[in-house]
Amino acid sequence: MSKKKEVIRTKIWKETPEPDNPFAAAVCECAGFDVYGDLLGKVSWIEYLYLLFKLEPPTKEQAKLFEGIAVAIANPGPRDLSVRAAMNGGVGGSTSASCLMGALAPGAGQYGGARELYLAMLLWEKCDKSLDKWMATLTDYEKDGPIEVWPDIEHIPGFDPYGKSCSRPIIKTLQYLSCLANNGALEWLKVHREELETVTGSPIAMTGVAAAAFVDLGFTADQGEMLFLLLRLPGAAAHALEQKEYGWRNYPFFADGLTLQNDPGPSQKS
Amino acid sequence: MFSMERENLLQNFEDNWVTDRGAWFAGERVVLRGKDLLNGLFDQSWMSIWLFSITGRLLTEEQVEFWSRMWVICASFPEPRLWNNRVAALTGTARSTAALAIGAATAVSEAKTYGRQADVGAYIFITQVKGLIDSGASLGEILQKQVKNKHEVPMGFGRPIISVDERIPPVRRLAEEFGVKDGEHYKLALGIDRWFVENRYRLRLNVGGISAALAADAGFSVREYNMIATVAFSAGMIACYGDAVSKPTGSFFPLRCERVNYEGTCSRKWEN
Repeated sequence: MSKKKEVIRTKIWKETPEPDNPFAAAVCECAGFDVYGDLLGKVSWIEYLYLLFKLEPPTKEQAKLFEGIAVAIANPGPRDLSVRAAMNGGVGGSTSASCLMGALAPGAGQYGGARELYLAMLLWEKCDKSLDKWMATLTDYEKDGPIEVWPDIEHIPGFDPYGKSCSRPIIKTLQYLSCLANNGALEWLKVHREELETVTGSPIAMTGVAAAAFVDLGFTADQGEMLFLLLRLPGAAAHALEQKEYGWRNYPFFADGLTLQNDPGPSQKS
Repeated sequence: MFSMERENLLQNFEDNWVTDRGAWFAGERVVLRGKDLLNGLFDQSWMSIWLFSITGRLLTEEQVEFWSRMWVICASFPEPRLWNNRVAALTGTARSTAALAIGAATAVSEAKTYGRQADVGAYIFITQVKGLIDSGASLGEILQKQVKNKHEVPMGFGRPIISVDERIPPVRRLAEEFGVKDGEHYKLALGIDRWFVENRYRLRLNVGGISAALAADAGFSVREYNMIATVAFSAGMIACYGDAVSKPTGSFFPLRCERVNYEGTCSRKWEN
């Protein structure tokens, strides 16, 4: 008698094999919906993405909110650290995957990246919509927990440490998205933004707005972190391909930008 | 924490990276931490340069050799079923590239149950226990509190799949050979292991624990140790990639549809 085969347990995906090939699926269901027999042609990409994570269809309002934040963060622009990393892959002629992996590394970070968003979502878990709790937490922000592989964070997550005032793309995104989620985190953030900015001394960053949006969509901090990584890749991909065409000669090298403090000078050895 | 002078900081750094870590003088020379790489460091091994680059200290040949051999014992498993190595093998069987395999598998090695997060946790645990003992607490008290109150396995002890770590005896032989067996953290790690055995906990010292103890004794900070270990698994990974890429396409543990065990919502129709 053969030993029982190990399986992958999942609540997301079901497959029925083709009669002539056990390794090819005839029917694929996502959370109970037939992907190729029912969803294809009916469902939007953003609805399908929501379904994958939440295992239930979004309401029209949720889909619109999710799509709104997805558009807002799809391309942080070529000065963004993650996009710059992707472009460094592009200019050198690196593989496409390495460009995206390049984007993911800084894009995962605690300054402007997905870990910052994760930490900002933890702040929402802790403070919810209590101004008193937010004020107390932000006044004396310390990340909980022991030393870990992440470096120490040097600013309050969700806020731009170098911002002078809240930039217009952030305000416009917050204004638009807050209209889509009644009485939620986004609306609360819109009302109390300036109070929070005063106590932190920094304006809200896109990570702060995205964290509130993901809270309103009911995503966990883990889900938010993953989605933030994923949804910022389109811009990185497009910019990497564009720079691949331009090539390294047309890309900043910061030729005069480096100063070495301890240069021993040319070696005496020939 | 937020006392950094932020006003005009970005402006001050524009086209202005001041560093003591090194630079390339095109067509002429390379400087690493104040030394001429192509001449002054010409006789160094790669491991020596790796450690120098991270710590800024040129270790003795013996110390470099010790860590190089630690990696042979601790980190060079060519076992494609291990989760990080499996990423490398899957990359090979999918006919993707070697660098993507190593890059992705290295990133995956920053795991909690093994690898980099476990390394950091083990370092923190052993140094904290040492600190508590130095301030007068007894080992028994500390460990009782750890296992009873925290309800979690102390990092550096215990292991997924099997409790005994076959790498401990060779690491101990290596520590003897290189004369580092009298380090305070190293002796403490073995003492904790003994305490768990005597008190019937299934928490045996694992290689992450003994390695972290040796790193602390060597004077590496936790951040240095974390960086040093980042590529430690590479030799095992590349073997897994090379194996998979040399075998038929897609043949690495293929899964038939029935191996996906669905336990979610029943079939339903999408309503627009």
